[in-house]
Amino acid sequence: MILKLEYFYYVLGAMLLLVAYMSLTDKHNPKRYSSALFWALYAVVYLAGDFLPPVAAGVLMVVMALIAGFGGVALGRYGERTQEERKGSAQRLGHRLLIPALIIPATTVIGSTLLKDVHLGSLLLLDPKNATLASLGCGSLFAVVTACWLTRSTPMQAMRESRRLIDHLGWAVVLPHMLAVLGLLFTEAGMGKAVAHVVTSYINLDVRLVAVAVYCIGMALFTVIMGNGFAAFPVIAGGVGIPVLVGVYHANPAVMAAIGMFSAYCGTLMTPMAANFNIVPAALLELPDKNAVVKIQVGTALPLLLANIALLYFLMNM
Amino acid sequence: MDHTVVNLWPLLGVAVIVLGFALRAHPVLVVIVACAVTGFAAAMPVEHLLATLGTAFIKTRNLPLILLLPLAAIGLLERFGLKEHAQASIARIKSATTGRLLIVYLAIREISAAFGLTSIGGHPNMVRPLIAPMAEGAAEVRYPALTEELRHRIRAMSAATDNVGLFFGEDVFVAFGAILLMQTILRGEGLEVDPLHMALWGIPTAVTAFIIHSWRLHRLDAQIARAMLAVKEPA
Repeated sequence: MILKLEYFYYVLGAMLLLVAYMSLTDKHNPKRYSSALFWALYAVVYLAGDFLPPVAAGVLMVVMALIAGFGGVALGRYGERTQEERKGSAQRLGHRLLIPALIIPATTVIGSTLLKDVHLGSLLLLDPKNATLASLGCGSLFAVVTACWLTRSTPMQAMRESRRLIDHLGWAVVLPHMLAVLGLLFTEAGMGKAVAHVVTSYINLDVRLVAVAVYCIGMALFTVIMGNGFAAFPVIAGGVGIPVLVGVYHANPAVMAAIGMFSAYCGTLMTPMAANFNIVPAALLELPDKNAVVKIQVGTALPLLLANIALLYFLMNM
Repeated sequence: MDHTVVNLWPLLGVAVIVLGFALRAHPVLVVIVACAVTGFAAAMPVEHLLATLGTAFIKTRNLPLILLLPLAAIGLLERFGLKEHAQASIARIKSATTGRLLIVYLAIREISAAFGLTSIGGHPNMVRPLIAPMAEGAAEVRYPALTEELRHRIRAMSAATDNVGLFFGEDVFVAFGAILLMQTILRGEGLEVDPLHMALWGIPTAVTAFIIHSWRLHRLDAQIARAMLAVKEPA
């Protein structure tokens, strides 16, 4: 293939290295040395990830977590323009400002649907397994170029702006990544078997409604713990869905699976463990309470979980 | 009932997570302590644990790409007033309220995701630069003295709307990863299920999710009005 995902790892690695350098030279950052070290270590993950021995990568992750966990990643100064200046250029540029912003989703959609199987010569244009991410990478690059041209800015200014946003995200950038690691570790340590054992040993599943409720709530709860519905599905479907709902109550497996996965998604809405959906947006939107998005989503997720129990109960034998 | 011994010790890792978040400890520290506890509970030697963590850390490094790569363009556009432009544009539409705007966004997000177009939307490239400022701007036109608390609520609701639309739309799409994952797992258990059927049986929940969340968005307008009335009265 021509556009490999690795290329975008190198782009991001270079970006992070630049962030580290800018942090190091920013005298207004009270923790400039530890901040710079944190971003430099993260750059290593992208630039040299393929060559790092696993133990070294593990140590690197622990060191990053300790720097972030003890408040070693701080904000600097970014030479922001005043609101009047921004309003002025907004009036001058008008709707043209939207073009680069919309290039990102447009390129991603076109790349991941239309260009997925396109060949140049004998080579695939996009890495087929990572067509969406590779297209998003291209879209982001197109967007930067267009934005620089539109605003008559240098690429260096774009890098300074990405540092401003990355710094405001701070440790929230690495939280989803580290949670994914924890999820894999949970799987390897046999967490699924332990949970399925607890659920099936201590709860009476002889009542149809109880069995349905245990299945749906189990999906949601296990997702709250793991932060990912994909981790919950095999465990709860294997522990309750298939042996009890299908085996005993003759549920339609398609209904059991579809509504089960959606119950897991209700869990995703209610957990800080799904950091990329719940904690990162709170940081991106500069909310003082990092759990604000989770808290507001509970109001949608709980009624929906109840609705799922009712839907599964009434639809499973259709 | 089989009598093979199930190791329940890894559940300690879950206890660490619950305790850590309950005590409001730093999330990154909670995660790393949970990793250590889970590893020791599963009787992994330190070196094996570090290697497992390292392998997983490299394997999952594709995750942050989707968040970090768009930031350069978005940051530059913000410097030149993208947020201010989004707010000024929504102010010109007289009938736009925070709730109505977010209901329209929910519909677009959920329907496009149901057709597999999950990249329309997203927190770094849509919610932060466009949707949240527009939702906030729509309220600001009516209540220029909008409180910080309400602003935060509106922003959190904008992020929540993106999530709800994405989650409950994408699973209705036949070729989506979750559907294929379910098919693979059920096949492993000896059940052959048509992906199309799983996608179709997702529709009742998808519709319910839309109804519940839009009703909450509809109520958000009333909540904003009531809160702003309460702010004005004591004066």
